[in-house]
Amino acid sequence: MSNASASAEPAEQLTAEEKQLVRAPLVLNKRTMGWISNYISSIVEAKTPIWWYVAMAITAPLTVMCLAMLVYLIATGVGVWGNNHPVGWAWDITNFVFWIGIGHAGTLISAILFLTRQKWRTSINRAAEAMTLFAVVCAGIYPALHVGRVWMAWFLAPVPNANGIWQNFRSPLLWDVFAVSTYFTVSVLFWYTGLIPDLATLRDRCKTKIRKFIYGVLALGWRGGNRQWRHYEMAYLILAGLSTPLVLSVHSVVSFDFATSVVPGWHTTIFPPYFVAGAIFGGFAMVLTIMIPACAVYKPLHDLVTIDHVDKMCKIILLTGSIVGYAYLMELFIAWYGSNPYEQAAFWYRAFGPYWWAYWSMMFCNVIAPQFFWFKCLRTHLVWVWIIVQFPNAGMWFERFVIIATTLARDFMPSAWGMFHPTWVDILTFVGTFGLFGTLFLLFIRFLPMICMFEVKAVLPEADPHHGEAHH
Amino acid sequence: MNAVGNTQAKIYGIGAEFQSARDLYHAAEKIRDAGFQKWDVFSPFPIHGMDEAMGMKKSILGKIVFFGGLTGFLTAVSLEFGTSSFLYPLIVAGKPTNLYTVPAFFPVMFELTILLSAFTAVFGMLILNGLPRLNHQLFNWDRFKLVTEDKFFVAIEAHDAKFSSRSVSDFLESIGGTNITTIHGD
Repeated sequence: MSNASASAEPAEQLTAEEKQLVRAPLVLNKRTMGWISNYISSIVEAKTPIWWYVAMAITAPLTVMCLAMLVYLIATGVGVWGNNHPVGWAWDITNFVFWIGIGHAGTLISAILFLTRQKWRTSINRAAEAMTLFAVVCAGIYPALHVGRVWMAWFLAPVPNANGIWQNFRSPLLWDVFAVSTYFTVSVLFWYTGLIPDLATLRDRCKTKIRKFIYGVLALGWRGGNRQWRHYEMAYLILAGLSTPLVLSVHSVVSFDFATSVVPGWHTTIFPPYFVAGAIFGGFAMVLTIMIPACAVYKPLHDLVTIDHVDKMCKIILLTGSIVGYAYLMELFIAWYGSNPYEQAAFWYRAFGPYWWAYWSMMFCNVIAPQFFWFKCLRTHLVWVWIIVQFPNAGMWFERFVIIATTLARDFMPSAWGMFHPTWVDILTFVGTFGLFGTLFLLFIRFLPMICMFEVKAVLPEADPHHGEAHH
Repeated sequence: MNAVGNTQAKIYGIGAEFQSARDLYHAAEKIRDAGFQKWDVFSPFPIHGMDEAMGMKKSILGKIVFFGGLTGFLTAVSLEFGTSSFLYPLIVAGKPTNLYTVPAFFPVMFELTILLSAFTAVFGMLILNGLPRLNHQLFNWDRFKLVTEDKFFVAIEAHDAKFSSRSVSDFLESIGGTNITTIHGD
């Protein structure tokens, strides 16, 4: 409170020491509340721009290709993927963990940064949460499809059936079902709750009957009364409090799929924190990958998503990337120090075996590349940031591939060794999921406000009820 | 004074417009002190400290969510022990089916607690707010559309014990309200 009112005061009345205490404004160029509503809503209300059609012309066919591959898989059998013995989990689970990890940044921004009162999150949380949902949609395809007979997937749900068989609740795979489905459901609820006041803004600006009807229904009759806001704010706080342990648990549970097995290279206690740090690392890279082009298209957004935001996100990438790097080194140290020959062999094969290229790509992309973010000039240069974050994007995929495929390819017994090669279906399905992700994101930009308008208004200096008054 | 809606219909209340969060905050303090009960302030975003300015207590949503979470937890406990210990006791990897197996049951207990808490938080919030609804008397007032943009409003409802058209509109004017309007139903 005192910070907000301090920043509202004319800076020239302050002494040099006081000036240093004044926080930088979160919204640049003294934008007003009206400007925020007008500009963000106009993105949704204006005629569909050409670039949108061009982008859609790329992503929509890829989405169709993804769906065609899935239909082909269902019609033919899971053998159209390159999964084999011993590599029973291959690109399917690699891609599942890759996409679910990307989702984590959205929840981290919306929940953890909310609880820690990081007000800069307000201009990026909506898009990051949308990214979470779309990433989880892409992730969900793989575990659902890799069961083989998709029409039997309901066996995962604890419903009474004619055979009297129940799920094994002590299996991490079933934990995963609960964790991922809860994560998706709670993320949808959180996202939609945040959207309600902004949908009301769109409703109140509507010119045509159809739009008025659609946004009117979606806004649920929101009126913005304080008797509504107080329950709303409490609900938002509770959802943030629930999502914080949830997001930490999801990737921990995903890592249990590996860590509770006895396979060398998987059977380690470091997995849960290391997976969570990696997920946040890869997720922030993806947030920057899509936010930087979005702000380049809609230039005035730079007043809301400022260089300072990019700088802060790069610092989080640097931190989590360093945690991931530490985890890689600790895995190697424990493999050596633990004196388990199988564990040692597993890591030797990772680095110098037939998949050495994946291991060293992972090492470069996740450990070396983010270290460039020590330099402020690189953290604040949008083109460089965009280029550098492509390394974590790729590196986190390599990490999952290294953990899954190389470990399974070299088991205890040389007689059980084998190699994995992706088939064309594997490759096209994975490429197609990027199309699905892009299509969903383009639809989101076109039809929903991509910046949380009411939260950004609330961090303006004039939103403070004591704005301009003498404070103590 | 303006009137909106169907002027033959019952009066919903009287509304006034304010230009800033600060003005609205001080207006709320004065309305509270004047002893009104059925009224509300409307703003484009939640205003810090407005609950105290309006003389309202903390939302009870947190207490409701506790019971939602408890339901989720108990659902998980009965689902897990019911199926794994009684209906279909299956020994996998030598793990017991009795109480000692509880660590392996934690993740599902945790997830269902979170899931039902989240559902309770969202749907509880909507129910406490009387949402969803398709229309409201306030939407008869065209200027009220700006509440989701950058304007601030107060509405004192007609079924408040202290309500009378003349005195309320004078009172709203005296505390700095503009565009004072009588809002009728449909």
